[in-house]
Amino acid sequence: MEYLFRAESVSKSYTGHKALSNVSVRVPEGCIFGLLGPNGAGKTTLIRIINQIIGPDEGSLLYRNEVLRPEHVHRIGYLPEERGLYKKMQVGEQAIYLAQLKGVPASKAKKMLREWFEKFDLLPWWNKKVEELSKGMAQKVQFIVTILHKPDLLIFDEPFSGFDPINVNLLKQEILNLRNNGATIIFSTHNMASVEELCDHIALINKSEKILDGNVRDIKNNYATNIFQVELSNLQQPLERLQGTRFEIISAHQQNGMLTARVQALHQGESNELIKALIPIGQVNAFYELVPNMNDIFIKTVTGKFPQQSSDYELSVHANSYLTE
Amino acid sequence: MPIHTLQNNPYTTAMNKISIIIQREYLSRTKKKSFIVMTILGPVLMAALMIAPALVATLSDPKYSVAIVDDSDLFYTALVSTGNITFTPLDVHIDSAMVLIEDEVYDAVLHIPDIAFQSPASMRIFSRRTVNFEAKAHIESVLKNEFEGLKLTVKGIDPEVLMAVETPINIAAIRIDEAGQQAADHPVVRTGLGFLGGMMIYLFIFLFGYQVLRGVLEEKTNRIVEIIVSSVKPFQLMMGKILGVGLVGLTQFVIWVVFTFIIVFVVRSAFPEVFDFTPAQEVHITAAQSLNPDEMQRQIAQTQAENTFAGEIMEGLAAINFPVVLLAFLFYFLGGFLLYAALFAAIGSAVDSEDDTQQLMLPVTVPLIFSLVIMQSVLQNPDGPLAFWLSIIPFTSPIIMMIRIPFGVPYFDVALSAALLILGFIATTWLAGKIYRTGILMYGKKVTYAELWKWITYR
Repeated sequence: MEYLFRAESVSKSYTGHKALSNVSVRVPEGCIFGLLGPNGAGKTTLIRIINQIIGPDEGSLLYRNEVLRPEHVHRIGYLPEERGLYKKMQVGEQAIYLAQLKGVPASKAKKMLREWFEKFDLLPWWNKKVEELSKGMAQKVQFIVTILHKPDLLIFDEPFSGFDPINVNLLKQEILNLRNNGATIIFSTHNMASVEELCDHIALINKSEKILDGNVRDIKNNYATNIFQVELSNLQQPLERLQGTRFEIISAHQQNGMLTARVQALHQGESNELIKALIPIGQVNAFYELVPNMNDIFIKTVTGKFPQQSSDYELSVHANSYLTE
Repeated sequence: MPIHTLQNNPYTTAMNKISIIIQREYLSRTKKKSFIVMTILGPVLMAALMIAPALVATLSDPKYSVAIVDDSDLFYTALVSTGNITFTPLDVHIDSAMVLIEDEVYDAVLHIPDIAFQSPASMRIFSRRTVNFEAKAHIESVLKNEFEGLKLTVKGIDPEVLMAVETPINIAAIRIDEAGQQAADHPVVRTGLGFLGGMMIYLFIFLFGYQVLRGVLEEKTNRIVEIIVSSVKPFQLMMGKILGVGLVGLTQFVIWVVFTFIIVFVVRSAFPEVFDFTPAQEVHITAAQSLNPDEMQRQIAQTQAENTFAGEIMEGLAAINFPVVLLAFLFYFLGGFLLYAALFAAIGSAVDSEDDTQQLMLPVTVPLIFSLVIMQSVLQNPDGPLAFWLSIIPFTSPIIMMIRIPFGVPYFDVALSAALLILGFIATTWLAGKIYRTGILMYGKKVTYAELWKWITYR
């Protein structure tokens, strides 16, 4: 696989505590890469190291197989979690300034910024001071400034905080657009729903160590419980026929001639076998694998067990539809 | 496609970025209303300070009229009208004279009774308002001389002898420069200029150094700093800010100097009589060389009479080498500013709010305030060991050397002081850079000196 960015065996300590120990992260090109972990795990330290704001004590950093150099900051766009702007400075002027620092000539920056401001309904605010903007508007300006120089690698740290739902959607759309246009995105968040929605790959960092990484689908499958939800109509045989050495019925109830049941396959990869076994019983209307969501996986990996309230999977287990795919 | 080419020369890129930062720092400050107001108000105040004494001397004193009723007939001739006080001898009874002040014909009436010679305490000065202090002092001093003369005559001492004994002492201060040439010294002007120079450096360092601190703190509390340091090195941001603010200070200084000279020039052209003076110095010199005591005394008396205070100042100013003073000011302002601004930047980066700066500010401001306190001693002995050492040590040299410059400083002292100041600001900048890069990203931590030391020792 082609990696846009690699951090190999990176360690960083501050006096008294270790922020990162021997962390390796590989970000495939053209994906949205979720960097997850509880507060204080070392995510921000890693992000700052990638941005060359601080240097690692040990380890190597590679950008497209080149050792990371100061010039690479022009290829990277970074939206920090704690972010602000000069309050007394005019919006347009400030955006041009920040673009210039990323190596975009002022005239070019102005032209591109006007287009983006137009798109985000910010144009009337061009000559206003930042302190006159609402928080959401200021965040939009920051987002535009982050992506204006068309970086190959974008790093968003909690990008959705401070946005209303409408703007969150707008932003998600833009992030997906960026990915579809070839950018690679590192996305650090606590919001597991958005990880599920956006991320292709993740790395989970806890207590300065990386404890999990990989493709989101693979990870979910690793945590699969092999429980399937089935809906049958037009019943020919009782469901209990399934019961045996290969399958176990966890729950079942019938309503208006429709049988909804949860069946666990006792061996890995037996979904097709289960479907075959279901066909004689009745008409298969729906068949889902119940997979734990990222939130549960996150909590399981960090604390060692799935969250209490969802032990029966009623609340948090997601339906992973095979039939509709 | 990338919209710009990756700059291959890291040095050019860094310089470009610093210059972009300098531009923003400079423009955002010079566009402020407070800067424009200060820039205009400064020279007006300075010019007023320079012109006011001369104006006050001529304009503020209205003529004060005193009528004299001298029953003893001894002092009518002694009291002669001066520029500000007119004396009118009246040959009337004191009671009729009193009517005249009631009618406000005269401001005051001086009554010298018959018995005044035996009993000076019997003299009175009457006025409807408080008696003019200057007039009273003048009359007292004239009468004191007259009384003394009269008493000596009564004791049998010839007034001619008295005149011969009277010896006006005014030692002409002559400096011998390095080429062995003699030139008149102007301690008053040199002291004034030294004081002004030292004071200006102090103010500029404090004013603009503190602006650096505020700027750094603003970026930190605004949380824009992390966005910026993902594009530029923290050191570049710090240097850009320091240099930008320093340029603002230079701009303000240059505008002030130019404006002040323009205003003073305009006022001088408009009121030439105020600044009228006789160039007396050549007379002094020739007098000193003629070695004829009588001739010398006569000339000195003459020049003293012609010389005015304003004239003396102007003459002293003319003797000062202004290009050297200005050059020294620019160097010591820049050097001192860079040295202190780096420390101010480090403080700004280490704290979360302006309230927390106090504790860290103390060690930085102590040498500055100490320089100011010690100023008087340095002015009194500008070539003494205290002045020498303080003008060599980088933390005090900007202010103390500026005080010494108008008095003339050996080249060796200046060279040593300048070299150490340059080393000094390189050292503080390096140190500050270390604190700054950690401090700007550190929130919610009460910073101690031990903590700062750890930051300095980070890799």
